[in-house]
Amino acid sequence: MLDDKDRIFTNLYGYGDWGLKGAMARGAWDNTKGLIEKGKDWIIEEMKASGLRGRGGAGFPTGLKWSFMPKPDPLRPSYLVVNADESEPGTCKDREIMRNDPHLLIEGCMIASFAMGAHACYVYLRGEYILERERLQAAVDQAYEAGLVGKNNKNGWPFDIYVHHGAGAYICGEETALLESLEGKKGMPRLKPPFPANMGLYGCPTTVNNVESIAVAPTILRRGAAWFSSFGAKNNAGTKLFCVSGHVNTPCNVEEAMSLPFRELIDRHCGGIRGGWDNLLAVIPGGSSVPCVPAHEIIDAAMDFDTLRGLKSGLGTAAVIVLDKSTDIVRAITRISYFYKHESCGQCTPCREGTGWMWRVLTRMCEGRAQKREIDMLLEVSTQIEGHTICALGDAAAWPVQGLIRHFRHEIEKRIDDYSANPHSDTVAPLAAE
Amino acid sequence: MTKIIVDGKEVDVPAEYTLLQACEEAGAEIPRFCFHERLSIAGNCRMCLVELKGAPKPVASCAWAVKDCRPGPNGEPPSVVTKSPTVKKARNGVMEFLLINHPLDCPICDQGGECDLQDQAMAFGVDNSRYAENKRAVEDKYIGPLVRTSMNRCIHCTRCVRFTAEVAGTADMGAIGRGEDMEITTYLETAMASELQGNVADLCPVGALLPKPYAFKARPWELGKTESIDVMDALGSAIRVDVRGREVMRILPRVNEAVNEEWISDKTRQVVDGLKRQRLDRPYIRKDGRLVPATWSEAFAAIATRVKATTPARIGALAGDLASVEDMFALKSLMANLGSSNLDCRQDGTKLDPSFGRGSYIFNPTVAGLEEADAILIVGSNPRKESPVLNARILKRWRMGGVEIGLVGERADLTYSYQYLGAGAETLAELSAGKGFAEVLAKAQRPVVIVGQGALLRADGAAVLAACAKLAGSRDGWNGLAVLHTAAARVGGLDLGFVPGQGGMDAWAMTRPGALDVLFNLGADELEIAPGAFVVYQGTHGDRGAHRADVILPGATYTEKSGLYVNTEGRVQYAERANFAPGDAREDWAILRALSEVVGAKLGFDSLADLRKALYATYPHFARVDAIQGGAINIANAGALGTGAFTSAVDDFYLTNPIARASAVMAECSALAKGRLQQAAE
Repeated sequence: MLDDKDRIFTNLYGYGDWGLKGAMARGAWDNTKGLIEKGKDWIIEEMKASGLRGRGGAGFPTGLKWSFMPKPDPLRPSYLVVNADESEPGTCKDREIMRNDPHLLIEGCMIASFAMGAHACYVYLRGEYILERERLQAAVDQAYEAGLVGKNNKNGWPFDIYVHHGAGAYICGEETALLESLEGKKGMPRLKPPFPANMGLYGCPTTVNNVESIAVAPTILRRGAAWFSSFGAKNNAGTKLFCVSGHVNTPCNVEEAMSLPFRELIDRHCGGIRGGWDNLLAVIPGGSSVPCVPAHEIIDAAMDFDTLRGLKSGLGTAAVIVLDKSTDIVRAITRISYFYKHESCGQCTPCREGTGWMWRVLTRMCEGRAQKREIDMLLEVSTQIEGHTICALGDAAAWPVQGLIRHFRHEIEKRIDDYSANPHSDTVAPLAAE
Repeated sequence: MTKIIVDGKEVDVPAEYTLLQACEEAGAEIPRFCFHERLSIAGNCRMCLVELKGAPKPVASCAWAVKDCRPGPNGEPPSVVTKSPTVKKARNGVMEFLLINHPLDCPICDQGGECDLQDQAMAFGVDNSRYAENKRAVEDKYIGPLVRTSMNRCIHCTRCVRFTAEVAGTADMGAIGRGEDMEITTYLETAMASELQGNVADLCPVGALLPKPYAFKARPWELGKTESIDVMDALGSAIRVDVRGREVMRILPRVNEAVNEEWISDKTRQVVDGLKRQRLDRPYIRKDGRLVPATWSEAFAAIATRVKATTPARIGALAGDLASVEDMFALKSLMANLGSSNLDCRQDGTKLDPSFGRGSYIFNPTVAGLEEADAILIVGSNPRKESPVLNARILKRWRMGGVEIGLVGERADLTYSYQYLGAGAETLAELSAGKGFAEVLAKAQRPVVIVGQGALLRADGAAVLAACAKLAGSRDGWNGLAVLHTAAARVGGLDLGFVPGQGGMDAWAMTRPGALDVLFNLGADELEIAPGAFVVYQGTHGDRGAHRADVILPGATYTEKSGLYVNTEGRVQYAERANFAPGDAREDWAILRALSEVVGAKLGFDSLADLRKALYATYPHFARVDAIQGGAINIANAGALGTGAFTSAVDDFYLTNPIARASAVMAECSALAKGRLQQAAE
């Protein structure tokens, strides 16, 4: 278990002062100038050595991403864009950072911008995050007032930070759609290549990072890469915010070391599974877009990128959704499928047409009003979407369905059998207890 | 050049090629819907997915450049596979997705037979559907009088959206909603404002956007297709005339990179109904103030009486805006035989003159050359109204960046931004003195000065022309003077020397009261002829010219005769006959040949081939179809610049000639455009 002294987000629960004074008392903005004076190369090397992998879901090494930025060019300024469009169902870690520890994020923006030669940083905030916007903006104002950021700041790197409030579309969390939206266009993902590091915001080199990836950077640099990489398994270093929701006794956000076993995470922080471990049905370990993992596979698995990928799922944003045996798993996945159908931007064919198709078939399957051969058809439709779209939303829509069919085919088949065995088809099988 | 392996075959292509182009180079066919050569890349239909060795997922070949491919582990060229099971599965999948919400209404869809979706479903789809749910229903939208929508059929390729934004420059169309509820529409379902809007129906790969006037009229396989040239403006766009029986059903663009790329204006496309209405289908003679039907011989006899009763100096001839070179040559020869030198093909009174040299009245930089221009000055012209397709070419140049555009004349929305320099001759005089924008032109490597007829038909037209020629300057191998004509016949007429001979009268003088006894009017409908002269009107429509006529000889429109037209660039183009003129109407050269015998001035040719032989002997450049013969500029006695503002020569784009004025569709478009103007003024 992670010791309190090793926590990065020491005000995660908002018990302390979120403002500048409180943040500085907790160690934020401590010798930022000294870190900057060590130079870009040192920062990037240190970030690489820390083994930090992007916290937004894909897990791309953050230091490596920063190193892709081209050399500064006066005609094409570089930008840092922080992705605070945290909309993945189940995920609420960035929310807590912006509410309760916003200065860690602002300091991180400063250092990251310096490391990639950017003088401006945009934080793209999810549309529904009203309080978070107020807090973050207030914290930014405090930082300006204290001369920590701005044109002539104490830290010696001219730097401006802007908080941009989105309009609440899930797809704007996709990095290129986010850039489009930030430019004032419709939030639709761009084709890659060119990647944002070459052609990003306004056609200029841009790095898009998750809030958590940026917010942990100052502490990593202050305490050293070796400290950070001492947590977790190989290639899965560091500490991570887990958002545990669903059928546990005390759902919570918690910072823990990576590669912590699932059982320990739940027992230590969440008061165990509702109704005991025997009552666990399945877990969606990384936000709604990753396939679910059945109980027997997840219980003793380490919560990190590589282990979960081995289970044909993923760590994603570490939004752990726990489902006990009272869950109607088919209906649960149908609801997720509806979410992706609703949030598809409509730009490319497989996602636009396929998400609706999957949702409609699943809606029938909830009641059992389907044919068994349609299960295979559904699986095939999901593979027709997966990997054929412009952005990853197609994959995100397909994976939960694939997880359902992989692990709970028998449940769907039973539903179909029950339906066809019932002579009074207007009263269908009972829906899940909620 | 970069090497790339496509299906095991190595090809050498430029690095900036997309994989789709590279695959085509290698002979591999890639299906596509959203990709279009002349529009930006959207990459959204996902039909063109191919397998790229080393890439984790199939890639959209339309959006992936050859230079973005990584070489193999041992430095071998990148390898693309277009025929693997993965690719086949991806295509089948995308095709299935496109079809699940596409209605099965091909039997009642006008696109049937020329539908990309139909063709590609045959080639790349499967023959049955696994989709058991309800299909999506989308309400049809009103987007103007020229394009009919059937939005259930839309596959969201966004070609129309990109076209209006990038080529038409009006950004009329867009998509609302998202996901499967995304709908293509115009803002609040207003009519599109572009003069090129008809092209979206051509671009639409399915039957969602179709030409409204042509709705349910014909099937593509029952149409005879004739390649021809448009005469609605002086650009001479390449068109295809589709005919069923004797009737022109529709006009479509052909690709001509040098002139119209593959766009045509709405007037070019939808003037079709004007070819059938208000037609003159038999000769008429005015008796007691009324025009009464007559036979050809009665009409000829009436003319002969009048011609024989007067002297050559009291006979004159006018040629209109739609006449072919052959027609004007025949009329000019007839006038020569009669001994008259009163000729004019410039009914608008433009001061252009063949004696100034060919370079002084053609669009020297050429239309395609606009893409190389680095400074453009527009004088007394509204190219959007005078030649919308040419305006799209200027927009294309502007979108590339690095060009400065200035305008002297009427302020107008040209779809691109420009520096407004001033209203008229005073500004031009300042420029001539080398001030302001003249410096930009002087510094430019490839300056273009576009002069509209609005600036040339003034009394000081020759001086304006001389000033513009001077501003355009001279560069090695580049002549920047670009005269933008509004009439398809004009350059041909000037080439023929269809202007007053020694001591002859021009159009203005001939139409004064008492100037002439007999006036041959070959389709000149844009000017007022004073009472007095005996007017022989040879034309196609019951328009202004016919109302003033004493004898009407029914002729053939541009789709009903084969003839040469010279466009504003000086490019000789050949228009082919697609159908026959109605009733007793005849081809114009044949009418003049027959008439010449009756009036005792027999022309020396009995067939169109003979006529052309005589034409080519005198004017050899007409024989070089599709070529442009350059020429010198030698403007003598230009006079001084006057004062006052320039106005555009075209007031109402939709009603510039008798055919367009007879068209109900053009009238509707004109009314809509006027309404927009009024709305903008309020």
